[in-house]
Amino acid sequence: MVGLFIAAFLALFLLVPVVKVIYVAFIDPATGDFTLLNFKDFFDSSLFRESFYNSFYVSAMSVIVATLIAMPLAYFTTRFNFKGAAIIQTLGIIPLIMPPFVGAVAMKLLFGTNGSINLLLEEYLGINIPFMEGLNGVILVQSIHYFPFILINLSAALINIDSSMEEAAQNLGTRGLRLFRKIVFPLAMPGYIAGAALVFIKVFDDLGTPLLLDVNKMLAPQAYLRISSIGISDPMGYVISVILIAISLFSLWASFQAMKGRDYSSVQKGGGGLSKRDLKTGERIMVYAVIGFILFMVLSPHIGLLLLSFSTIWSFAVLPDGYTFAHYYTAFSSASGYITNTLIYAGLAALFDVVLGVAIAYIVYRTGLIGRKWLDYGASAALAIPGVVLGIGYLRTFHNVEVPIVGEPLASWWVIIVIALTIRRFPYALRACVAAIQQVSVMLEEAAENLGANKRRSVFKIVVPLMSGGIIAGFVTSFATASVELSATIMLVAKESDAPLAYGIYEFLQSASGRGPGAALGILAVIIVGLGTYFSHRIIERGEKKRNAAVAVNEE
Amino acid sequence: MNDTNLTIKNLHLSFGATEVLKGINLDIKQGEFFSFLGSSGSGKSTLLRAIAGFGPTPKGQILIGGQDIADLPPWEREVGMVFQSYALWPHMTVAKNVAFGLEERKVAKAEVNKRVIEALDMVGLADYADRRPSQLSGGQQQRVALARTIVVEPRILLLDEPLSNLDANLRVQMRQDILALQRKLNLTTIFVTHDQEEANSISDRMALLSNGVVQQVGTPLALYDKPCNNFVASFLGTANIFSGEVQDDNGTKIFVTNKNVKIELPKIDTPIKSVVIRPQNINLSAVNDAAASKGGLIGVVTKTEFLGSHIRYEVIVDGELFIVDQHHHLNGEFFEKSSEVQLIINKDQTVILN
Repeated sequence: MVGLFIAAFLALFLLVPVVKVIYVAFIDPATGDFTLLNFKDFFDSSLFRESFYNSFYVSAMSVIVATLIAMPLAYFTTRFNFKGAAIIQTLGIIPLIMPPFVGAVAMKLLFGTNGSINLLLEEYLGINIPFMEGLNGVILVQSIHYFPFILINLSAALINIDSSMEEAAQNLGTRGLRLFRKIVFPLAMPGYIAGAALVFIKVFDDLGTPLLLDVNKMLAPQAYLRISSIGISDPMGYVISVILIAISLFSLWASFQAMKGRDYSSVQKGGGGLSKRDLKTGERIMVYAVIGFILFMVLSPHIGLLLLSFSTIWSFAVLPDGYTFAHYYTAFSSASGYITNTLIYAGLAALFDVVLGVAIAYIVYRTGLIGRKWLDYGASAALAIPGVVLGIGYLRTFHNVEVPIVGEPLASWWVIIVIALTIRRFPYALRACVAAIQQVSVMLEEAAENLGANKRRSVFKIVVPLMSGGIIAGFVTSFATASVELSATIMLVAKESDAPLAYGIYEFLQSASGRGPGAALGILAVIIVGLGTYFSHRIIERGEKKRNAAVAVNEE
Repeated sequence: MNDTNLTIKNLHLSFGATEVLKGINLDIKQGEFFSFLGSSGSGKSTLLRAIAGFGPTPKGQILIGGQDIADLPPWEREVGMVFQSYALWPHMTVAKNVAFGLEERKVAKAEVNKRVIEALDMVGLADYADRRPSQLSGGQQQRVALARTIVVEPRILLLDEPLSNLDANLRVQMRQDILALQRKLNLTTIFVTHDQEEANSISDRMALLSNGVVQQVGTPLALYDKPCNNFVASFLGTANIFSGEVQDDNGTKIFVTNKNVKIELPKIDTPIKSVVIRPQNINLSAVNDAAASKGGLIGVVTKTEFLGSHIRYEVIVDGELFIVDQHHHLNGEFFEKSSEVQLIINKDQTVILN
């Protein structure tokens, strides 16, 4: 019954809109017949061909640059004993808690042609490096924003390598770089691929960053611009959507293929991780220099944004001319609607996510319901659907579905934004809930049933409380990321009063005079997401004890 | 063949402030199968890893054929180690795993292939060369790990609890196979285990470790029969250990336990701290009056345990507990609980601890 309801929800708000988008892409708008003409038109247009190439180029380059940032951080912190490893790992995750398009503006001020760094370079070295010109800007912003995906996955993979794997190689005569190349890196490969694939997909699908940097010749911006300027009947938006989905699915598929048969964790017993060693003084200085440089790059969007939010005027100068609190005042007085909307939308979406997440996790792992795996797959598939595509799908599917009582089309009612966020963030909440339920032994539930509690009562009195750590973590992750989501919401905001924070920041940042208040709002968003992330960590840590008890039973 | 005698001189090793090896001295002869036996935390694995060059740098000397290797990095020691978890690299096939050490030594390709096949043949896994480690059973993984180590012809072979991840039947089979292989290659081998039956059955000699100190070195039989202290006596098998002192009994000297039970000893000269008697070295019989009047040991059975080939009795004599094992024969004698029995101890089967 619950399973059926969830299946219906997923079908209506994920499957139907996506199928609709794909369907429209293959239909001749004039006659309504099946056709491949739309795709031919797409590839005949030099603009679209260039966009396609650009999207690919930017995504691939972002993966490379992100790897260059993440690899040293992951390797140094897991490999050597030195102070601050934990802080570095934490700082390495900070970029994720800022919407990338917000960082883009700050990066322009620091790294643009007339930005702080280039002004300094020109004065002292007489050179100007086009960090932020065109596609370079997108690559820089995206790789700085998304490299934590590689950092987290790669670090986890490195930590999980049993030290005897390495010792066995040393025992047989290998050392140093050769050891890393032949043993350590291949063993960490699954983690690296998982992270790299995620970066590739995210960059390929992202809308806000290229839009804000005025780079329109990429696929996601093209889809958005076609739909928002020509209208929802223009087939090109749909063709691009199909291509975005296809590339996402292909990347996921390719990464799964590459990882196939490489789940090494189960083969490695013992554990203990790589053996860490101390650094010599010279090495230490070098390592800290490299890390310092990387951290400066990584935190530059935050630094820039903070300066911008307090600056009176900041143009053609290394630092702002003066400082003021006025932007925060403007932001709070004119944008409180955005903040309220965001709290409501993201809160509701996160709530739905964990409720559905617990239900699916339970159905998949504790019942014999037919097709239960498909619920899991279906929900996870949302990961492969770009926000732009979901937005277009909703517009197309629900624009003439009248909501009773409210008297508005569903596509422009604010609830659709909540639903879009729910679907978009569902995979995150689901993974957290699944991880939580796998830690709760079936025996704990059986013990409750054995003592006379029925299924319902044992679920609510035993399973859900034991899952609470995971549930809250899932809620916070969904909430934090939903509150800065732009790509789906930008298409679904029908009127200013319904707009969430991310949309508000985007609007502000469009104009020169709005940059200050936009930055202030951006800082606010960072604080919201940062606090959310912090609390979820705290809660997970506190829940650890409770869960350890459950795990102990599991291992009996 | 090169000299592969292993000598360890005054080896100390600490993890931070905790000293885990406290002055180890050992001489292990070329071609010997030698075991480090001890419970967890005794330092046996730490000592083995120190020989391979892993873990904190120890103080003291580790000599192979007279050459001190204590300062060499692991990759220059030519000491082969088989890890407890096998540590087979999951991203390589069985053949690749075995070939690794040879490739690191820049052995020619054709030679590598030949020696890999030979090594796999030796452990009976020639048909599995192209499998991945994850497709093998625990016992097979163990053999691959062994092949990977011996293929490079190390000077010393170190085995870190290699059988602990196998099930009981396989363990007995594997230890015979390992011993046969070691004899064939005449390889100086050190085997770490916490299982005394394993150590007894396989070792030429062994060292019993406790608290980072070698308690005793010798053949399994010597350690069992002639333990040098209480720890060795009680660690290996079951032992009755009585503390007491030598007293004068009407002109003859006799050992008297703390609870005043008299035990005859073969010779009494130096001060004696305690006496060890194995349960199978005591005989029980029904009490006969003649013996009783002569002051023989009379006790009461407080517990019986039937263990198949023998019966274990707990007998109290004047408050002193004796554990006694009697062979069990068809229609043999059985003493019920609470019955009175006489204990006969052959004085030549007692061990004196000074």
